[in-house]
Amino acid sequence: MRMLINSPQTVVADALRGMAAAHPELDVDVERRVVVRRDARSGGRVGVVSGGGSGHEPLHAGFVGYGMLSAACPGEVFTSPVPDQMVRAAAAVDSGQGVLFVVKNYTGDVLNFEMAAELAEEDGLRIERVLVDDDVAVTDSLFTAGRRGTGATLFVEKIAGAAAEEGAPLERVAALARRVDACSRSFGVALSACTTPAKGSPTFDLPDGELELGIGIHGEPGRERRPMMSAREIAEVAVGAVLEELAQIGPADGPVLALVNGMGATPLLELYGFHAEVARVLAERGVPVARALVGNYVTSLDMAGCSVTLCRADEELLRLWDAPVRTAALRWGL
Amino acid sequence: MRDAEFFRRWMAAAAAAVEREADRLTELDSPIGDADHGSNLLRGFTAVLAALEAEPSAAAPGAVLQLAGRTLISTVGGASGPLYGTLLRRTGKALGESAEVSDAELREALSEGVGAVAQLGGAAPGDKTMLDALVPGVAALGTSYRAAGSAAENGALATVPMQARKGRASYLGERSIGYQDPGATSSALLLGALADVAESAGAR
Repeated sequence: MRMLINSPQTVVADALRGMAAAHPELDVDVERRVVVRRDARSGGRVGVVSGGGSGHEPLHAGFVGYGMLSAACPGEVFTSPVPDQMVRAAAAVDSGQGVLFVVKNYTGDVLNFEMAAELAEEDGLRIERVLVDDDVAVTDSLFTAGRRGTGATLFVEKIAGAAAEEGAPLERVAALARRVDACSRSFGVALSACTTPAKGSPTFDLPDGELELGIGIHGEPGRERRPMMSAREIAEVAVGAVLEELAQIGPADGPVLALVNGMGATPLLELYGFHAEVARVLAERGVPVARALVGNYVTSLDMAGCSVTLCRADEELLRLWDAPVRTAALRWGL
Repeated sequence: MRDAEFFRRWMAAAAAAVEREADRLTELDSPIGDADHGSNLLRGFTAVLAALEAEPSAAAPGAVLQLAGRTLISTVGGASGPLYGTLLRRTGKALGESAEVSDAELREALSEGVGAVAQLGGAAPGDKTMLDALVPGVAALGTSYRAAGSAAENGALATVPMQARKGRASYLGERSIGYQDPGATSSALLLGALADVAESAGAR
């Protein structure tokens, strides 16, 4: 293992210290692990709070700022944060308008946010929760914990944050967030396992010349292993799987928001090349791409690979997507 | 009868077992999870010991377990934080405020705790979770503490051929078959620690 760290025990705190140094516009509580937008309470806005395990950077702390998240709670690597962090974050951003918790559908995140919502409500806060579950690789959800929350988290956080910035009330921000989740689907591919600092060796064994289809974002293997494919072939599989499910929830030829997301160790050269294939497949199927985003946004440490997320976007969602945003990792329109 | 000291010793024995087995738990969590079960529980139980030390006023069995449960919820994260936290908190709540509890009362309280875990996680025995060790373990408490430890251990072993239906391992579908569930394994450690402490206290 060669990692640019001091120790596995301090890796999350060290990253937060660096974030604080690089982004004075953020209020970073390193010890309690809460990252808050400094002006979170000044606008009388709904608070939008998210969080999850560390190792998915820039998700979520990188999306704290104008037009997106009010606060984020980073947990240990690949481990959901604890309720204390979420309650603290909610209290720090609540200006009386209530708080939306954006929760990825992983058992740990769901349970901890559930407990946090109860505690915050006991403190008199109004809390709504949206569960992000966009991953099409998880089938027969009756026999699993349900579809995982992956790339669509970025869409949900951006659009809910834009609505909150405009002054929309809590119920409406929550409804929009749920609509984005309902209209979004993802599919991920791993070309390598990742190495967590605590373990120090790859989380699973993936021989040269093979890949994992249908992965989540925690270094776990996917649904299926296959011989290595070209970017073109991977795009066919991934986009095909996403469109098949999207067809059940909207017009087959409606415009989409497209996210080609790197898992952490795949260079932009490859991601853009992959996006070219994604765009080609979508064009062949008659699906217009209204907006596209390519880069490392919802990562899995040093895993190589990528995911494709598509969101069926109507005019309103597109307007909120285009609204100005200024965060460490995502910024436009300002 | 069991006093607060007995429960403090149980928590200390559980923490020692987690420390001893942390690498193994993490190793088990590697193929079907994300390779951190051992380090997460170790962080939690280390905090439990510190919390109990800082609060000698937790002088009743119920108070000891409730403090331990709250501490796990506040420090572990993931699914195991809320689930183990709920197990101990609910068991402690069921024990009430008596300064001493009988073995029958502990058995009853643990059943309630396990029921709360099942409800929170929405899982049942056979789903390849900690319940596969806890349910048979607590059922065997009627025989002896040692029997409970062994039943939990066997329950954990029995998760190997199961397909996970809850938690992160469920995403692997059939590929989760053939691995021992880390949560069931740590649950067996918890009941094994209880058996050790009960034996050293001179009861069966």
